[in-house]
Amino acid sequence: MTVAQRSAGEITMGPRRERYLLDSERLLGPALMAPAVVYLVLVVGYPLVLAFLYAFSDVTTGSQSLHFVGFQTFIAAVEDPVFLTTLRNTFVFTAISQALVVILSTILGFVLTASFRGRWFVRFLVLLPWTTPVALSAVIWLWMLDSIFSPFDWFAQLLHIVPPGGHIIFLGQSDLAMGSVIALQTWRILPLATVILMAGLSAIPAEVSDAAEVDGAGFWRRLFGITLPLLSPVMTVALLFGIVFTFTDMAAVFVLTGGGPGNATQVLASWAFYKGINGGNLAVGAADALIMFPVLLGLAAILLRIASRAEVS
Amino acid sequence: MAAAQPRTIRGRVAIYLLAIGFAVFSGFPFLWAALTMVRQDSDLYVTTHNPFVLAKPPTLGHITDLLRNTPYLQFILNNIVIGLATVAITLGLSLPAAYALARLSGRWGEKVGIAIFLTYLVPPTLLFLPLSRLITVIGLQDSIWSLVVVYPGFSIPRDIEEQAQVDGYSRLGAVVRTVFPLALPGIFTVVVFTFTLTMQDFIYALAFVSSSSSMTVSVGVPTVLIRGDVFYWQSLMASAIIVAIPVALLYNVFLGRFIRGFTLGAVKG
Repeated sequence: MTVAQRSAGEITMGPRRERYLLDSERLLGPALMAPAVVYLVLVVGYPLVLAFLYAFSDVTTGSQSLHFVGFQTFIAAVEDPVFLTTLRNTFVFTAISQALVVILSTILGFVLTASFRGRWFVRFLVLLPWTTPVALSAVIWLWMLDSIFSPFDWFAQLLHIVPPGGHIIFLGQSDLAMGSVIALQTWRILPLATVILMAGLSAIPAEVSDAAEVDGAGFWRRLFGITLPLLSPVMTVALLFGIVFTFTDMAAVFVLTGGGPGNATQVLASWAFYKGINGGNLAVGAADALIMFPVLLGLAAILLRIASRAEVS
Repeated sequence: MAAAQPRTIRGRVAIYLLAIGFAVFSGFPFLWAALTMVRQDSDLYVTTHNPFVLAKPPTLGHITDLLRNTPYLQFILNNIVIGLATVAITLGLSLPAAYALARLSGRWGEKVGIAIFLTYLVPPTLLFLPLSRLITVIGLQDSIWSLVVVYPGFSIPRDIEEQAQVDGYSRLGAVVRTVFPLALPGIFTVVVFTFTLTMQDFIYALAFVSSSSSMTVSVGVPTVLIRGDVFYWQSLMASAIIVAIPVALLYNVFLGRFIRGFTLGAVKG
């Protein structure tokens, strides 16, 4: 075979092989995605449709027959006097805990990527709240905030915040109870956010900051002028995931206060649970939970916009 | 991971003070739990002395009680089985899908990707009622396999996103031998995430399982150790610590690798 013949053969081979690959890719893509999609449709899609059906019906745990009643269930859910309190609590709980998480995790990210003695141990302690199942860590908090045997009482007595022998009723007063639930949520979300922030920090080349330092920029100047702006996309993603997670979560409230005192710490998720399961009113429970949906869709839209912007740049 | 080195004395002092502050914030509940765990009953409900001093000699009785007289070890075993099976299903379904999403998809793929991502935002509080019906229909109620069926629904969406980013970043073509090692930190992240998720859940575990031989730690421990108004505090504290410490040690060892998995996604973003 001459050189010319061989190269001519390759020229005709090239495009044909590519076309063949493209053809098979058209089949391969859907074939690879189908199992995951089918699974999600069965385990998330189908139950979600059922949940919508519940919300527009008058179904209870007693009778499983569906009776469609239009928006009546939603109206009943919203007109419940507790509903507005619950909605306000959900926003307060989410906003304060996630604001704290984003500030603390950024600082902690800086601390844990710096080198110091005992860093390994500090990292271990910071990871602990993440590796404990929330049902158990919330029980630790329940004991730590006990109305009589809390160790904080001893500190408070020492500092004369309460009289000798006095107690702080953490979970029995509205504001303190909300503060406790927010503290627990901040404490348990902090490790994950910190790990995300550490990843973001380690992706920023040290040379950028070093060059600025050579040019005479001080620590705060470098922090606010260079590092934080570079870190902001990662911070936003960590924040949005934290918000989505906290907004729909009921574990902290459920174990620590049960929504009390009164309904001072009741959030939408726990309210839906109490109504739907303990109250046996599936329809109202589903409607209460569905009211979270518009907020979640809004958050999803923001996340997707950030993701697509990052892809373009 | 390049560790930044604070250069001034003031910087170093600040790092140490902040590190101590965060260590106390994260660790204090566990210190309190550890102190409670070894207290004798007569030393537990005392308000008169310094709570950080044991008035009676420490006892391991409540820990041995937990291990011998409750199904605690069975709960842990259930958690491990559920976690491993869920990780296997999640990887089996999400790796091919993520690959397809990153390398093969056109416009339709992007839409499917968004749809998959949106399922991540559907809260468990909304789904567990209809799901419990589904579980009954397929005859898995009161079995740990009911949880294995349900959990991937929550790990797959996030993991596909994660993997798609990693694979997209690598841009090395369809050669599994080269993509795989590059994607490995990402896969590792997925495994950690999925396992943590199965360990953390308690809504589904509460709704689907009612016999103690199938319970997970999250549901089983409170069921066994909280009887109405009676809390077995020392054993409760021990149950949390026994799970938390080994897992945290393990995570800490692999933290660097875990962060690399994230970074692959983050670099692109």
